[in-house]
Amino acid sequence: MLWRTVGLSLAVSLSACAIAAGFGLAFGAWLAVARFPGRRVLLAVLNTLLALPSVVVGLVVYLLLSRSGPLGSWGILFTPSAMVIAQTILVLPVIAALSRQLVHDSLRDGGDQLRSMGARPFTTAVLMLLHERWAVATVVLTAFGRAVSEVGAVMIVGGNIDGVTRVITTTIALETSKGDLPLALALGIVLLALVGLINAGIAVAQRAQGGNPAAAR
Amino acid sequence: MLSLDNASVRYGSVAALSDANLRIERGDFVALIGANGSGKTTLLQALHGLVAHTGVRTVAKEAAAQVMVFQRPFMLRLSVWNNLRVALWLAGAPPAERAARATEALHRAGLFELRGRQARALSGGQQQRLALARAWATRPALLFLDEPTANLDPSAKREVEAMLARFKLEGMTLVMSTHNLGQAKRLATRVVYLDRGRIRADLATDAFFARHLDARTDLFLKGELPWDME
Repeated sequence: MLWRTVGLSLAVSLSACAIAAGFGLAFGAWLAVARFPGRRVLLAVLNTLLALPSVVVGLVVYLLLSRSGPLGSWGILFTPSAMVIAQTILVLPVIAALSRQLVHDSLRDGGDQLRSMGARPFTTAVLMLLHERWAVATVVLTAFGRAVSEVGAVMIVGGNIDGVTRVITTTIALETSKGDLPLALALGIVLLALVGLINAGIAVAQRAQGGNPAAAR
Repeated sequence: MLSLDNASVRYGSVAALSDANLRIERGDFVALIGANGSGKTTLLQALHGLVAHTGVRTVAKEAAAQVMVFQRPFMLRLSVWNNLRVALWLAGAPPAERAARATEALHRAGLFELRGRQARALSGGQQQRLALARAWATRPALLFLDEPTANLDPSAKREVEAMLARFKLEGMTLVMSTHNLGQAKRLATRVVYLDRGRIRADLATDAFFARHLDARTDLFLKGELPWDME
């Protein structure tokens, strides 16, 4: 049962991060080079969303997916799919805002060189993501850390149903309320170990390819 | 093949370039010289189209392929080989030709043996040679160089100069900003002298160094232009 919970936690958070990375990196790269009216307002909104409370995301997704909501016909409330959607919304601003900043800073260093070689603005931004790929990995890891450790959104849209939508964080909350503190603590350690393992994996891959150690810090 | 008319560039209240008019002809090797802050880099960027200005920039079809080599070359965190491949991809080189062109460029720069190394792990001189090889591989008609040897030791400087001399012999058109008057004498066919954002002289190299222009130019050529006057 424990490994099933751990597996579901990983599956939900990794799926959310993969989807958010696909959209967030492209959006962040575009924002770094795009010039349009209202750009500053959009950046301010995006940076505000970095502090988006997970329970608010949970509530909004709940309202959207509940039977009377606009997406109620999907019938996915209290399923892992709903949890993936909630966590994707939660971490998308993190990936978009941090990758935008990363590209923006890199462009000061090499933007003119890439433009001189014929790169269009969005191509320049995408090449900068490649250039800063280890820092991008750290951004995605940060997003994964936020996703896998949040409890509010998955509790609301998943319902903490045993064997269906129960993940590590909701189990910790449940076991703590039941007074089973050793199990709650053990699950907390498992959660930390998971993030530590992924971080170590990135560091090993980076060393193997001679990447910039500073980027992973 | 390229002309700039009445180009002015301001950075806030500072006039970096004022009413610049310059024509680059095929086969030229133009050296832009002047003191720090005289507008050499801004003029280079205006010629290349990297900076907005108030004038008119006209580029002939034959000069459409142009690239710039910067004082501090920017290399992607990729291998030497992949940096070349990215440059060729950006330049629209036919996929079938990319490997051969990258190989030839690296041989020419003496870097072929280092093709698997991380480009940013190379020495300053090697990175500048790689930047030149990368530029050459894209077959530019016009090459801009912003103080390409400013940060190099004498040996690396010689190697870079040798590459530039070869480009010139092959008929490439080059525009280079430099502080090094000896380098301008050795390599350039034309010298454009800038002072406080204005082009003060545009002469054949021999004529520039032989002729008396004005007191400030004489001081600059003697290396005695004081900071307060700059």
